[in-house]
Amino acid sequence: MEIPENVKKRLSIPAEEHFYAGHTACQGCGASLGLRYVLKAYGKKTIFAIPACCSTIIAGPWPYSALNANLFHTAFETTGAVIGGIEAALKAKGYKVKGEDGIMVVGWAGDGGTADIGLQALSGFLERGHDAVYIMYDNEAYMNTGIQRSGSTPYGAWTTNTPGGKKHFLEKRHKKKVIDIVIAHEIPYAATASVAYPEDFIRKLKKAQKIPGPSFIQLFAPCPTGWRSPTDKSIELARLAVQTAYFPLFEYENGKYKINMPSTKKEPKPIEEFLKYQGRFKYMTKEDIEILQQWVLHEWEKLKKLAEVFG
Amino acid sequence: MEYKPIRKVVSGNYAAAYAVKHARVEVVAAYPITPQTSIIEKIAEFLANGEIEGLEYVPVESEHSAMAACIGASATGARAFTATSAQGLALMHEMLHWAAGARLPIVMVDVNRAMAPPWSVWDDQTDSLAQRDTGWLQFYAENNQEVYDGVLMAFKIAETVNLPAMVVESAFILSHTYDVVEMIPQELVDEFLPPRKPLYTLTDFDNPVAVGALGGPNDYYEFRYKIAKAMEDAKKVIHEVGKEFGERFGRDYSQMIELYRTDDADFVFMGMGSLMGTVKQAVDVLRDEGYKVGAAKVRWFRPFPKEELYELAKSVEGIAVLDRNFSFGQEGILFNEAKGALYNTNAKPLMKNYIVGLGGRDFTVSDVRKIAENMKAIIEKGELDVEVDWYHLKR
Repeated sequence: MEIPENVKKRLSIPAEEHFYAGHTACQGCGASLGLRYVLKAYGKKTIFAIPACCSTIIAGPWPYSALNANLFHTAFETTGAVIGGIEAALKAKGYKVKGEDGIMVVGWAGDGGTADIGLQALSGFLERGHDAVYIMYDNEAYMNTGIQRSGSTPYGAWTTNTPGGKKHFLEKRHKKKVIDIVIAHEIPYAATASVAYPEDFIRKLKKAQKIPGPSFIQLFAPCPTGWRSPTDKSIELARLAVQTAYFPLFEYENGKYKINMPSTKKEPKPIEEFLKYQGRFKYMTKEDIEILQQWVLHEWEKLKKLAEVFG
Repeated sequence: MEYKPIRKVVSGNYAAAYAVKHARVEVVAAYPITPQTSIIEKIAEFLANGEIEGLEYVPVESEHSAMAACIGASATGARAFTATSAQGLALMHEMLHWAAGARLPIVMVDVNRAMAPPWSVWDDQTDSLAQRDTGWLQFYAENNQEVYDGVLMAFKIAETVNLPAMVVESAFILSHTYDVVEMIPQELVDEFLPPRKPLYTLTDFDNPVAVGALGGPNDYYEFRYKIAKAMEDAKKVIHEVGKEFGERFGRDYSQMIELYRTDDADFVFMGMGSLMGTVKQAVDVLRDEGYKVGAAKVRWFRPFPKEELYELAKSVEGIAVLDRNFSFGQEGILFNEAKGALYNTNAKPLMKNYIVGLGGRDFTVSDVRKIAENMKAIIEKGELDVEVDWYHLKR
C-alpha cells in the first residue's frame, strides 16, 4: 500500500518496508520485529551478518530471503569478526561506511551468539574500532536449538537444560551483563533498547549510524515459544521489563550514561508484573522471586548512580 | 615489458609477504603464531613504510576470527589473505569449511608445524593435511621460490574456480631460512593476476544476495557436488595457470606432480614440500652410485593428481612414499591417498610408506640412501618387509 507523502511526514517510524512478509518467525516474535525496525532505520543499503540463530531461519532457506538487503549467514561465534572483515573490505575498495549516506554494516546476533560463544569476536570487534553496528537481540536463551539457557538467561528461569524438576534445577545465576562488558571497551556508543519502544530503538539506531566507530545495541526481544507466554503479550512483557527496571533503557555515549526510561524518580513496578504470563518463571518460589527482585533493584540503583555521576 | 627478475635474498615467510604485496591483496586479517609471525610482521612493515596501498590490515583476536574476517572481506569482493600454522590452523578449521562452502577464493599460507602435545614448533605436515576435506586447494612448496610463486598462482587459480587455496611451507626449514628468490616486477604480476572478479558481492544493493542460508535436503547435495566439480575443474586450471607462469616467468608449474629423473627409474621417492629438495639432491648422488631412482614431488595435494600418479605408477616397479605426517590408526596420509588412487587401475607398483621427519627431525641425503637400499632389496625380493616404516624410531 502506497502511503501518501503528507501522512509519511507525520509518522515517527519510517514507512518503508525492507523486511518482507511471509518470513518464518513464530507469532509474537520480538526478534523479527526488531529486524524489521533495523531495516526501516537503515534501508536497503545495509549488509547484514547473521550467525546461527532464529534470524537465520526467519530470513529463510536458500534461495529465499526476507531481507531486502545483502545478507551473509555466518558461523555461530563469528559475527564480530565477519562484520569487521566486511567493513575492512568496503574501506579497501573505497566505499563510504556508516554516516548518513554510507553503507551500514550490521551484525545481528542472538544472546547466545553474543554473550557466550561470540563474546570473544565481539570483544575483538569493539576493541579494534570498526565502523559497524552490532545488535544483540536478547530473548534470554538459545531459542533456535530448543530453549536452552544462555549467559543471558535470568535467575529462576526454566529452560530445557535448567528444567526445574524435583531438585529445583532452575537457572541459578543472574543474567550476564553484556552491555557492561561492552562498555568496558570504551566504545563511542552503546545502548539498550526494547521492541516495546520502537521510536526509542530507531532513534538509537540512527545515532549509532552517525557516530563513527563501533556501536552496540542490546535489544530486548520477547520469545513466546521459549518464554511459554501468550503470543499477544510480547509487547506488554517487553514494556513491563522496562517498567520494572528488569531491563532498563539507557545509553552510553563517550563516557556518559543517560537513562531513557522509566523515570528515575518513579519507583519501578514490582518484578512479579514482568514475571506474569510467562511459563518459564512458574517454578520460582517466593524466595526466588525475592532474590531476583533484589538483584533488579540493586542493578537499577547502580545504573541510576552511574547516570547521576557520569550523566 | 620484458621479464627481468628482481633477485632478493629472503626467508620463506618474507617471500610470502612479498607475494601478498605483489598480488595487490586488499584485506589481510591475521593472528600471530610461531613460525608464521614474520609473514604478517613483514606485511605490517610494508604498510608502515607506505610500500603497500589499498590494503586493510585487521589484527584479529584469534585465528578463528582471522578466517571469519577474511570470509567477510572476500564475500564483500575483496582479495583476502591470511597466514597461520598448526594450532592456529586447527582453530580455523570450522571456518575453512565456511570459506569453501561460500565459494570464496581466500588464499592462506600455512607454515607446516607439528601439533601439540608435546609442544613443538618444528616441521610436520599433519596440520595442513588434517584440513584435507574442507574444500581448499593445497599447494606444497619445496623452497622459498615456490612459496612466492605459489601464492601468486594460488590467487589466480582460486579466483578462477571460486575455491580457497592454501600454500604450505615448512616451519623454519623454509619459513626462517634465507635463500635467493626471483621476484616479478609489479607491472608483470598485474598482467598475470588482474583484479579479482567475484562470483558475487555484498555491495549490489539493488540486487541483494543472501549467502550461506539453510540448504535443505533438496538443495544441499547439489551445493556439495558443485564444490566437487570445481575441485575437478581446478586440475585443468592448475595446468593452464602453471603453464602460463612458465611461459611468462620461466618456471613451469604445469604438472601437479613434478618428476625428477624418473624416465628410466626402477623406483621413485614420492613426497611433498621441503623434504623433496633433499630427495632430489640424494637422487643425483644415488644416480652416480648406479641406482636407477627418481623423485616425484606432489605439488598439489588437493585436488589430488590421480591421473599424473597413474602415468608415473605405470612406469616404475616401486614407490617409496615419504610422509612427514601420520594418520593415527592407519598410515601416512600421502601413502594412503596414493595407494587409494591406484587401486582401480592396472598399475600396481610395490609401495612402501616411510614416516620421516615428524616434529622437525632431520631428514638427510644419507637417510634417502638407506631408504633406497631398503627399497632395492624389497623390489628384488618382490615383497614388502613392513608396509609402514617408522624410519627414525629409536629402538
